[in-house]
Amino acid sequence: MSETAHDSTGMAYLDTPARRWVTVYLPLAVFLFVLLFPFYWMGMTAFKPDAELISREANPFWIHNPTFAHFDKLLFHTSYPDWMWNTIIVSVVSTFASLAASVLAGYAIERLRYKGSKQVGLAIFLAYLVPPSILFIPLATVVFQLGIFDTRWALILTYPTFLVPFCTWLLMGYFRSIPYELEECALIDGATRWQILTQIILPLSVPGLISAGIFAFTLSWNEFIYALTFVSSSEVKTVPVGVVTELVEGDVYHWGSLMAGALLGSLPVAILYSFFVEYYVSGMTGAVKE
Amino acid sequence: MRGFLDNRNALGLVFMLPAGALLLVFLTYPLGLGTWLGFTDAKIGRPGAWIGLENFEFLFGDSVARLSLFNTFFYTVVASALKFVLGLWLAMLLNKHIPFKAFIRAIVLLPFIVPTALSAIAFWWIYDSQFSVVSWALVRLGLIHQYIDFLGEPWLARLSTIAANVWRGVPFVAITLLAGLQTIAPSLYEAAALDGATEWQKFRHVTLPLLTPIIAVVMTFSVLFTFTDFQLIYVLTRGGPLNATHLMATLSFQRAIPGGALGEGAALATAMVPFLLAAILFSYFGLQRRAWQQGGTDK
Repeated sequence: MSETAHDSTGMAYLDTPARRWVTVYLPLAVFLFVLLFPFYWMGMTAFKPDAELISREANPFWIHNPTFAHFDKLLFHTSYPDWMWNTIIVSVVSTFASLAASVLAGYAIERLRYKGSKQVGLAIFLAYLVPPSILFIPLATVVFQLGIFDTRWALILTYPTFLVPFCTWLLMGYFRSIPYELEECALIDGATRWQILTQIILPLSVPGLISAGIFAFTLSWNEFIYALTFVSSSEVKTVPVGVVTELVEGDVYHWGSLMAGALLGSLPVAILYSFFVEYYVSGMTGAVKE
Repeated sequence: MRGFLDNRNALGLVFMLPAGALLLVFLTYPLGLGTWLGFTDAKIGRPGAWIGLENFEFLFGDSVARLSLFNTFFYTVVASALKFVLGLWLAMLLNKHIPFKAFIRAIVLLPFIVPTALSAIAFWWIYDSQFSVVSWALVRLGLIHQYIDFLGEPWLARLSTIAANVWRGVPFVAITLLAGLQTIAPSLYEAAALDGATEWQKFRHVTLPLLTPIIAVVMTFSVLFTFTDFQLIYVLTRGGPLNATHLMATLSFQRAIPGGALGEGAALATAMVPFLLAAILFSYFGLQRRAWQQGGTDK
């Protein structure tokens, strides 16, 4: 069983092929099947005509007469395009606003080290742990008092409550990895703090900014409870809320357009993610590490 | 002016202003306001008056609220345990030498990326009482004769929602634990193998101890998100059947927003805080980094 081959594959050479199939490939295949099946199912349902959807005889895993009827209904007979547009605006604006605020805050906490910055850093981390589902009731009254209830502002201004702590925490870790000496040199050369931040720190932090930005964008895109509570008119709803609250009514055969809506609403984040997988993963793992 | 901007305290204050102002107005103040609302009889459109512990007393005597507390615990404990076991298993599989590793790792994370509300709709369809594809397959295989009403029976509904939650959470646990696994030096496994350790012993005495700190953090996050979960339940069952899947978060929404009883909803939300604090403190003190796990010696 044990060959003499010592290469970079560690101790995998100790496994026989048969054993490897049973202990690695088979369980992995089952995991992948279960994790991906709902997406396959979403796609199948979105293109299936209603007659096939309710047939118990036909093989449900395949489409016999693919149709665009559900997409047609979604795009031209519901407010779906509005919801998409709202989601894009709210996600983009709140992500960039949070990034800007977080860069300043993260730099101040990590590099200016003003009095009390350590405690503020800890407070930022604790703020990150506050779940939206214990905050939405009082936030709803705040949003109402500010007169921004049922507008996009209600979402743009409240999403930073979870984006800013996350981005600041991530960027603090990133700034920490940039050598202090670079800043000292610039200070001696007479650079202001603002010049240091914009011309030295930020160019070096581009990967961190992308990680934080991508992650923040998907968090805003996926947000549900605030969008459900702070907005009630169809024109200002986001995709997740619109699909759940407005496509479900009445009609028994709504599954096709529901799945088409779910598919279209998932695509933008999935495509963005596919371009920045490494950044996303480093953002995610960076957020749970110290 | 120049002197002011070189003063790190003054400049620090200026830099903190945007983030600080946002968080104070939309996070700290609402957090305090929420606690206060829990002690009032506020309704939508009517500011409340202080009523002391009345909301909490009422909720304690309310069988639906007590059921939601039980559901929340059941949901959190079972889903977190499954996410941990399956996530660790998947992480260890992904840590092996397999073809298309980067690609597989990328698509594994998909359930975590897409909006939960939208994937929950896909599960709703998969769990449909008349057209469920799972029932269809099981009937064709001859394992069952009747379509399963996944979301219609209390216990089945609880387990079905847990399954959907685990589906979404496993990728997060797996990918973050994988990052931890990759930091364990292969030489440790080789040394253990030379000492004659079995696979189980290697897992138990090398992998697990070195992974404990990251497990603690990942599971704290996982428990936190599961305990306060809202959207999955809201989309799949809205708390039904017979309130069997109501979590504290969904019940608090139902009482406060459609029901209009802001005080009562806020009290329910406030009641979740002690449990969350307990979970955080437990993982912080119980599983925190030991010196030897960082290459030092225990004091």
